[in-house]
Order: sequence, then C-alpha cells, then structure tokens
Amino acid sequence: MTTFLRSVSAEFAKIFTTRLWWLLAIVLFCYIGLIAGGLGALLAGVETGVISPDAVNTGGAGAFGFGSLPPIIYSFASSVGYVFPVLLGVLATTGEFRHQTLTPTFLATPRRGVVLAAKTVTLVLVGAGFGVVGLAASVGLGGGALSAFGVDALLLDSETWLQVGRTILAMGLWAAIGVGFGVLVPSQVASIVVVLAFTQFVEPLLRLAASFLEVTAQIGNYLPGSASDALVGASVFTLANPAGAPPLDWWQGGLVLLGYAVVATMIGYAVSWKKDVT
Amino acid sequence: MPTGAVIEFSNISKRFGGVAAVNDLSFTVEPGRVTGFLGPNGAGKTTSLRILLGLVAASSGTATFGGVRYRDLPNPLATVGAALEAASFHPGRSARDHLGVYAIAAGLPRTRVMEVLTQVGLAAHAAQRVGGYSLGMRQRLGLAYALLGNPGALVLDEPINGLDPEGIRWIRGFLRDMAAEGRTILVSSHLLSEVQQSVDDVVIIARGELVHLGPLSSLDTDAAPQTIVDSPDRENLTAALTAAGITFSIGRTGLLAATSDPALLGHLAFTAGVELSVLHRQKTGLEDSFLALVGGSHSL
Ligand SMILES: Nc1ncnc2c1ncn2[C@@H]1O[C@H](COP(=O)(O)OP(=O)(O)O)[C@@H](O)[C@H]1O
Ligand SMILES: [Mg+2]
Repeated sequence: MTTFLRSVSAEFAKIFTTRLWWLLAIVLFCYIGLIAGGLGALLAGVETGVISPDAVNTGGAGAFGFGSLPPIIYSFASSVGYVFPVLLGVLATTGEFRHQTLTPTFLATPRRGVVLAAKTVTLVLVGAGFGVVGLAASVGLGGGALSAFGVDALLLDSETWLQVGRTILAMGLWAAIGVGFGVLVPSQVASIVVVLAFTQFVEPLLRLAASFLEVTAQIGNYLPGSASDALVGASVFTLANPAGAPPLDWWQGGLVLLGYAVVATMIGYAVSWKKDVT
Repeated sequence: MPTGAVIEFSNISKRFGGVAAVNDLSFTVEPGRVTGFLGPNGAGKTTSLRILLGLVAASSGTATFGGVRYRDLPNPLATVGAALEAASFHPGRSARDHLGVYAIAAGLPRTRVMEVLTQVGLAAHAAQRVGGYSLGMRQRLGLAYALLGNPGALVLDEPINGLDPEGIRWIRGFLRDMAAEGRTILVSSHLLSEVQQSVDDVVIIARGELVHLGPLSSLDTDAAPQTIVDSPDRENLTAALTAAGITFSIGRTGLLAATSDPALLGHLAFTAGVELSVLHRQKTGLEDSFLALVGGSHSL
C-alpha cells in the first residue's frame, strides 16, 4: 500500500513538474469560456428577445426547442472539453515511452501494475481538476452571460450542482480513458492523431449517422461521447435526435465510460506496459 | 557504509525474435571490487544489465542481488543504483524535479536530491531543464539517479561515453572510492582502455557469450612474444638470424623475430658485426588480448 501511495505521489509530481498541465488548463478555460460565454449570450439574447431571431436567421424564436438553457450551456465543459483530460492522460503514458522514462520509473517501482494503477488514479484526480476548470468557464462565463441577458442561471438549483458533480466525474473518467489509450497506442504521435481525429471528427459523424434509425441510435448510445453526455445529463449533441432513442441513464453512461477506460488499460498493459524496456 | 550484495547471473539467455542477444551467461560480481563488463558493441552487455534490473525479461535463467531478484527487493533504489546508457529524462523537467519524482516513488528523503547533484557536480545546474544539458551532464545526472538511494551496489552501463577528459578522470576516482567503501561495482564498456585503470576484475563477452573471466592481470598474457629488430644492413641481419635458427617475418617497422629476449638479438648482431637501428620487445598489451578474445577486427 505504501508503494502504491508513493507511486501516486510520484505521478502527481510528474504532472506538476512540467508545463503541459497548465498550458492545457488555460486552453481549456479559454476555449470553453468562449463557447459557453458566446453561445450563452446569443441564445439568452434570442430567448429574451434582446436579440432579434431574424438577426441570427433561425426562422423564429423557440425553434431551438432547448427547454432550459443553463444545463446545455454548462455541459460544454465536458461535451466539448473532454478532449483535454484525454490528451493529458495520453501524454502522461506515451511520454514515458517517448522519453524513455519507463527505465527510472520501473527501477524505482519494479511492480509495473502498481505504477499503471497509480497513474490512472492520479489522472482521474487531475482530470477531475480539469472538470473544475471547464466548469469555471462554462458556469462562470456562460452563466454570467445568461444572467446578463436576464435568463435565470439556475445557480441555486440543486439539479445544476448535481450536473456539476457528474461533469467532474466524467472528466476524471476521460483522463483514465486517455491513460488507457496511451498504453494501447504508445507511439505519441499516432496516439494524439487518433484521439483528435476520433473525438473531433469520427465520433460526431458516427453519432449523427447513428441517430437516424432507432436500432443504430441505441448502439450509438454506447459511443464514449454519447455515454459521457448521458452521464452529465445534458448536451447540445443530444438535442438533434430524430429517431428519438432514449439516452442511457446517467449511471449507465458512467459505467460505459469506466468500461472503455478499464478495457483499454488492461489491453494496453498486456501489449506495451509489461513488455521489455530496451 | 552500505555494503554491497553479490550480483549473480545464472545461465541467462535472451532471444529477440531470431537474434540470440545473450546466451547462457553466468558470472558473479563481488563487493569491494570494480568489475568491468566488457565486449564489443552488440555483444549483449546492455541486454544483460537490463535483465538484471528486471527491465527485460530473460528467455531463461535468473539474475539476482544476494539471491533476490530486482523486482522482489524491498527497497530497490537503496540496494542497487543503476545508470543505463539511454538518456531517460523528460526534457522539460529540471534535474532537481527529475530526481525528486523518483525520490518520492522510492520513499527516499528529498534532501538526497541536492546531495547527489552536489556529489556529481551538477548542483549549480539543478534548476535547469534537462533538455538543455550536454551529453556529459546527462551522464552525470544518470549517475546522480543511481546514487539517490545510497545503494550498496552500482550497475553502470557505459558511464564514460560522452564524458570530457576531466569527467573521465573524475569517474575513475569515483569508482575506486565506491569500491573501497565495500560496494559492488559493475561497469560496462566496449573499450577496455576506458576502464582498465579502474577495474579489478573483468568479465568479457562476445556475441552474447562469456569468453573470459578473471582479474585484470589475467589478460596480461605473453602468448606470442616477439621482438622487433632492424638494421640499415638488413641482408646481413637476416643472414645472422637464419644462421642462429631464429624465425622471423617482415613487419612494417622492421623484422618481427620470434623471441622475447632482445639481449639475445643484440648479442647476435654484435658478433655478426651488424649495426642495429631498431631493437625492442613488442608489447602484447591488455587491449591486444582483449581484441583477440572478442574476435579481433571489430568496429571498436
Ligand atoms: N529491443 C531489441 N530488439 C531486437 N534486438 C535487440 C534489441 N535490443 C538489443 N538487440 C540486439 O541484441 C544484441 C545485443 O545488444 P546489446 O545488449 O545492446 O549489446 P551491447 O550493449 O553490448 O552493445 C544486438 O545484436 C542487438 O541488435
Ligand atoms: Mg550497450
């Protein structure tokens, strides 16, 4: 147990002694702040009539069919921001291969499974921290924009804070998926390319394509992005849902995400982590 | 002072695909001595050391410290310090933070970090990012990592590569001091000349197999003694040698006579009235013995 706790402390030290974590955190905050603040202002303006619907060419107020705006705006922290904890996790594992730091790591802690478990726990916690950063942007700036246009930001609503908690959990799980993917594809360049291509391009298209038929929509619910949105409980991506397949429950979404993380990490452990370090 | 454990390789073999990198290698390394682990590039030194440290899985055989495998050591960094040839650093991390990470992982006091950086002469660069380090500084940082747990045994893979002359002098003294304190020192090199001033014992491998083992002096054999002799009047010299029944061959710097006794040739020349321009015994140095053992003309 002490070996494990020391290993966790060492993994924390690894993250916080290079610049990557705060560079990613700053970009995450600005990116989410821009989207949540901008869309929050726009949609709140339309809803309250401050901005004329014709000016934004939507074909009429209410056509959004959003119901309540704040959950959607706040969900940008994870529905858009999830790629940041994934990248942090991927870089945490692939960096060990790339810079050959597995050698000193395994010399200090020869139990490799312990190291990988410690890395996962550490990244879940730092990923959760990224959740807080993303929420600071989406709730802080997005909520501020809503309030500025006279829409209730629902900051005293317990449902809002439950969503905040589930978002933090989702971001932690995404970091664990990053760790797992990094051991599955230890080549750093390949890993980053696949993560960016999948999260920014392939998965959104798959989700869209799957949503047209009820059968495929049910399968589409198990895509990691859909599972994450189900866990969080709100997302712009689930608004357009022609076939109307009901999303997973929040806890089912959480288990699906956890499943991706566990499966990727276990396969990665076998194919790269426990192999010869030469 | 930490006393070193005996390092024992028992019948280790390693195949990478079809390549037999190490083949049935067995030897022990005693505390209180510096043991040179020698062999040309590709001989299997790094592979053997990585097997010893649990980084590479042997195809068969075991390697232990006092009978215990590396992965089963309760405090590995306090038992064995290792510096392997690859530069294993995150370039964006400072030397202090680099060592700090592993001090935490091994449960060592953080004060050790500055102590070992001072010991290897890097204290002034402790806060500098390792990406800006020279090869020699990286070697020193690798050594600092090895010393972190104040271990009784040191395993160093080609530690002299990339060091400047001052650094080479420093590490030679360092190895002697460490052994004098009773530690077990195993240091690899592809050049005997690099380490012959520091080692007590040698273990020589070639193509993954043991070819020689023993004290350094065991390499100093006069297997084929020769004396180089020459004269402005080579014709009469060769006649004199032939008459005395001494076989010879014609070398680049003179005649290579098959005798270890220059005085004999000097007497011969004097009685034959031949003037000599060259007369000395050819040294068969340690390096020659080493090259002969590992198979001669390698890209050394
Ligand atoms: N990861 C690897 N995959 C395949 N072959 C390897 C690997 N590592 C080493 N080898 C081969 O094993 C042999 C021994 O290499 P090595 O142990 O590095 O020798 P040395 O350290 O004495 O130069 C060489 O033929 C090398 O090409
Ligand atoms: Mg080598």
